[in-house]
Amino acid sequence: MDVIVVFLPLLAFLIAGAIALFAGAPHDDHGHGHGDHGHGGHHKADWRDTASQFVTAGSLLVCAVLSWVIFFQVVGGGAARTVELFTWIDSGTFEVSWALRIDQLTAVMLVVVNTVSAMVHVYSIGYMSHDPNKPRFMAYLSLFTFFMLMLVTADNLVQMFFGWEGVGLASYLLINFWYEKPSANNASMKAFLVNRVGDFGFALGIFAIFVLTGSVTFDAIFARAPEIAGTTMTFLSWEVPALTVACLLLFMGAMGKSAQLGLHTWLPDAMEGPTPVSALIHAATMVTAGVFMLCRLSPVYEYAPAALEVVTVVGALTAFVAATIGMTQFDIKRVIAYSTMSQLGYMFFAVGVSAYGAAMFHLFTHAFFKALLFLGAGSVIHAMSDEQDMRHMGGIWKHIKITYAFMWIGNLALAGLPFFAGYYSKDMILEAAFAAHSPVGTFAFWLGIAAAVMTAFYSWRLLIMTFHGTPRANEHVMAHVHESPAVMLIPLGVLAAGALFAGMLFHNGFVGDGRGEFWGASILVLEANDSIEAAHHHLPGWVPVLPIFCGLIGIALAYLLYMFFPGIPGAIVRTLSGAHRFIYNKWYFDELYDWAFVRPARALGYGLWKSGDGAVIDGVGPDGVAAATRDMAARAARLQSGYVYHYAFAMVIGVVLLIVWLSMFG
Amino acid sequence: MAGWPILSITTFLPLVGALFILIIRGTPEDVNRNARNVALWTTLITFVLSLFIWINFDPANPNYQMVEKVAWIPTFNISYHMGVDGISMLFVILSTFLMPLCILASWESVKTRVKEYMIAFLVLETLMVGMFCALDFVVFYMFFEGVLIPMFLIIGVWGGARRVYAAFKFFLYTLLGSVLMLLAILAMYFLAGTTDIPTITATAIPREMQMWLWLAFFASFAVKVPMWPVHTWLPDAHVEAPTAGSVILAGVLLKMGGYGFLRFNIPIMPEATEFFAPMVFALSVIAVIYTSLVALAQEDMKKLIAYSSVAHMGFVTIGMFTLNQQGVEGSIFQMLSHGIVSGALFLCVGVVYDRLHTREIARYGGLVHNMPKYAVVFMFMTLASVGLPGTSGFVGEFLVLLGAYRANTWVAFLAATGLVLGAAYALWLYRRVVFGKITRDDVRAMADMSPREIAVFAPLIVVVLWMGIYPSSFLGVMSASVEQLITVYETKLAAAAAVGPELAAR
Repeated sequence: MDVIVVFLPLLAFLIAGAIALFAGAPHDDHGHGHGDHGHGGHHKADWRDTASQFVTAGSLLVCAVLSWVIFFQVVGGGAARTVELFTWIDSGTFEVSWALRIDQLTAVMLVVVNTVSAMVHVYSIGYMSHDPNKPRFMAYLSLFTFFMLMLVTADNLVQMFFGWEGVGLASYLLINFWYEKPSANNASMKAFLVNRVGDFGFALGIFAIFVLTGSVTFDAIFARAPEIAGTTMTFLSWEVPALTVACLLLFMGAMGKSAQLGLHTWLPDAMEGPTPVSALIHAATMVTAGVFMLCRLSPVYEYAPAALEVVTVVGALTAFVAATIGMTQFDIKRVIAYSTMSQLGYMFFAVGVSAYGAAMFHLFTHAFFKALLFLGAGSVIHAMSDEQDMRHMGGIWKHIKITYAFMWIGNLALAGLPFFAGYYSKDMILEAAFAAHSPVGTFAFWLGIAAAVMTAFYSWRLLIMTFHGTPRANEHVMAHVHESPAVMLIPLGVLAAGALFAGMLFHNGFVGDGRGEFWGASILVLEANDSIEAAHHHLPGWVPVLPIFCGLIGIALAYLLYMFFPGIPGAIVRTLSGAHRFIYNKWYFDELYDWAFVRPARALGYGLWKSGDGAVIDGVGPDGVAAATRDMAARAARLQSGYVYHYAFAMVIGVVLLIVWLSMFG
Repeated sequence: MAGWPILSITTFLPLVGALFILIIRGTPEDVNRNARNVALWTTLITFVLSLFIWINFDPANPNYQMVEKVAWIPTFNISYHMGVDGISMLFVILSTFLMPLCILASWESVKTRVKEYMIAFLVLETLMVGMFCALDFVVFYMFFEGVLIPMFLIIGVWGGARRVYAAFKFFLYTLLGSVLMLLAILAMYFLAGTTDIPTITATAIPREMQMWLWLAFFASFAVKVPMWPVHTWLPDAHVEAPTAGSVILAGVLLKMGGYGFLRFNIPIMPEATEFFAPMVFALSVIAVIYTSLVALAQEDMKKLIAYSSVAHMGFVTIGMFTLNQQGVEGSIFQMLSHGIVSGALFLCVGVVYDRLHTREIARYGGLVHNMPKYAVVFMFMTLASVGLPGTSGFVGEFLVLLGAYRANTWVAFLAATGLVLGAAYALWLYRRVVFGKITRDDVRAMADMSPREIAVFAPLIVVVLWMGIYPSSFLGVMSASVEQLITVYETKLAAAAAVGPELAAR
């Protein structure tokens, strides 16, 4: 079963991929002469599309069901296990296998990945119905799922790296799905490269861990971690605390994949991909891989408190900065993207204060409500004839009531209002941060509180701008507004159920009193660091209530500004134009990187080529020498094999020399 | 087949094929067709035969196997000595594997002097295989230098517009290196009284002499690898060479340099190796960063891939001079992988070059629309080139960097920037050629890959995946020999350290 859950999506990918590649193109190129003829109403299902959709979505539904079975098996005190497949790399003392590690942490991720993936597969059947390349799209989704499953079931760092780079590849392919768009080309390359910067750190982190512990397998690393705590190692030219630096290097990988401040610039651009991709990869699963990785490595991070402090600060800043940007954007998907980045920040600072359970809990609930929001946004975009700018929406709630209701549920969960999923997890994170009673914990708590207000604010700004007010789209679009088909609404319904109940049902297991039994040995928290425990016992009464108030304030503000006094936002933007421009332009990270890295790299490459290789090396070397003999060479070149002739001559001289020397001295 | 001189048969079988082609008579069409067929069948049979070397190979034995030794010039103690160990065996297979694919890739693109072309390739194969099997310096030197003659012809006769310049540059660089190596070989002969490689490897050489010998060998091999700053012949040679020539150049000829370091510099001159290793690291790190940046600026497809080869070979030279198991195995693996992947990338360029007759990147764009199969193959090889886990490129690069981290964290840190830069130039190339809209009619008219072309790429894809997913088939073969290499190196160093003060006292 474990093997099936992981490899079925790969099989689905291969089948759908083969269909996409070898079965011919159903809509393209058939009638080259009669161009647009019949473009209006060709909705006859092509067997290639149907087959690929059936295979991929069907496989993922099977996987989703099996994942839940495994989940209840494992967290119900069942057997955590590792399925060894075969040796991967074996070089000297460096040994690593392909293996599937199924423990509580993995089980949670299996459920998240396969459930959301299955829903997205089904949803895509409807969402991509006008696209000519359905088999390719479905194939990529399944390929992504396979890599993600390899990542979460890894029992060693290198296999995790395999999944890690693999999901990066799938993300690259899917962002660039509409490959004729230059913006998609750019966004996909940016995503791959920024992630590679993170992977640069990840790789170095793996090397450091191997040198320190002599292994890259989790169990072996975990066993050695306590001994290494407090030792130092030489890194570059300095003697540094060993575990801290190793953990920070690994965290660099997590920052790239999970779009933490500094390595986040690719995520908003990744919205170039089709919306189901944004939901699956850039909200629910792949971007949470960094959080998963840190939780997986909790037995190491626990012994590197300085690294955890860095994680806390980076997470808190990300949560805050992303929320500010989210308040100013107009593209509906970008607002949700920044919201994702902000929520990932919450998860990271939860990890930073050793509240791994809370981080995983938020990852779990967030997967449902954020996928819901993205797919809901997709439903809106679908209804609005591919419009994404909220300034051109408005007044459509009556036309797409079901989508509207789902968006409400998603936003209520996101804003953390009581009894919705996000409420349990986000509150827990903030409480844990407060209860950590460390300077960084307190810092994270207050930034988190500020971000909570902003979260609620931009969520309702989105709701109001999208659904309420007077319609701002043209008549043609408005006439066309329609509710999505059932194949899209049913996945939304499933995810909405998750957004409603995931918090309530699993609260006790993830972070409540049952958490010890729930997580088993898969997460390690040192007693002194147990902020969740502290949050359960010593917490001022106002702390748990404050986030709810924040949410309500944010919602009220949004109503005030966008529903009742729509002139105010403009006035605020005018009075604070400098600040607004700064935030609206995303704190100028892109411009900074372009100036600091991209341009210099290109200029340097060109300069080294022309001056380094051209002028200096060739000028002094071969061309300089050649200049002296060029005339002769030109003449010799007329004989077909002039140079060979010379060369053979040189060899003959060599052999003659050899023989002369040998006969003289031998 | 135990008693057979299998190495010699594998080495000289292509020569027999070449003789057959030589005697083909008939109309030009007949000659061309028969020459192609004979060449293909000869290389295929050679490949199958070479597989028996692998099958007969005992991975647990670190020493030379399938040894053949015949006195040749007994007066001078020169013998025809052949044998393979875990370091050289896979290079033999790499050579014989790429050869039929090269013949197949030249099937239609080479139209002039087909007979001579096929002969050149078959002779080239004999020389390459012989070089990797040779265990006597004279034999080695003849094969090593001889390889250049057919390569010259291939670039000079079937090459592009600036083939004269390219061939000349090639000539200057390599001549300089090989003259020095010849002197070094002579010097060793006088010291050891033989040109037998295993015997010389067992001989202790004074430290002072090691330094000079090391530099002489280094000059020859560094040009071949090529290392920065003696790399500038490579882009020109690649650009002018016909596709199959580039495949062999990148796939096998560059590896001769790396093989030379492993076979001679490290075990024969360990003290010098230890002394010069930091210099090799420095040059290699510069190569990785410098040529990756230069690759980013290229406008010619082949030049870009040529520069990427220099960067990848920079990883190779880093790995072998770390002198730990992971580093050395990684560097051998990286050479094998690069042989396949860069060969495949040059074949990818060849596919579109055959159709549009230009290598200029800007002339393409949007190929994914009319050449989806090509887009998939090219993407796959691009990913292997950037070292995506699951492909062969990852295993080599990862082991090299791991070894480097153990040897010197600065080297690992700086070389690892190649992970980012490598992805940048490779994806940037791919994006410009394959993605986007088609704007030109001649590009739109390009047909997708033919069955023959798919037949060329299919084995390459299989091998890249095999090496990436189950690299143990390859690492297992080399590990015993690599371990012995490292032991020899360390034992000799330890012995030198023990004797050192004594000598100084004399």
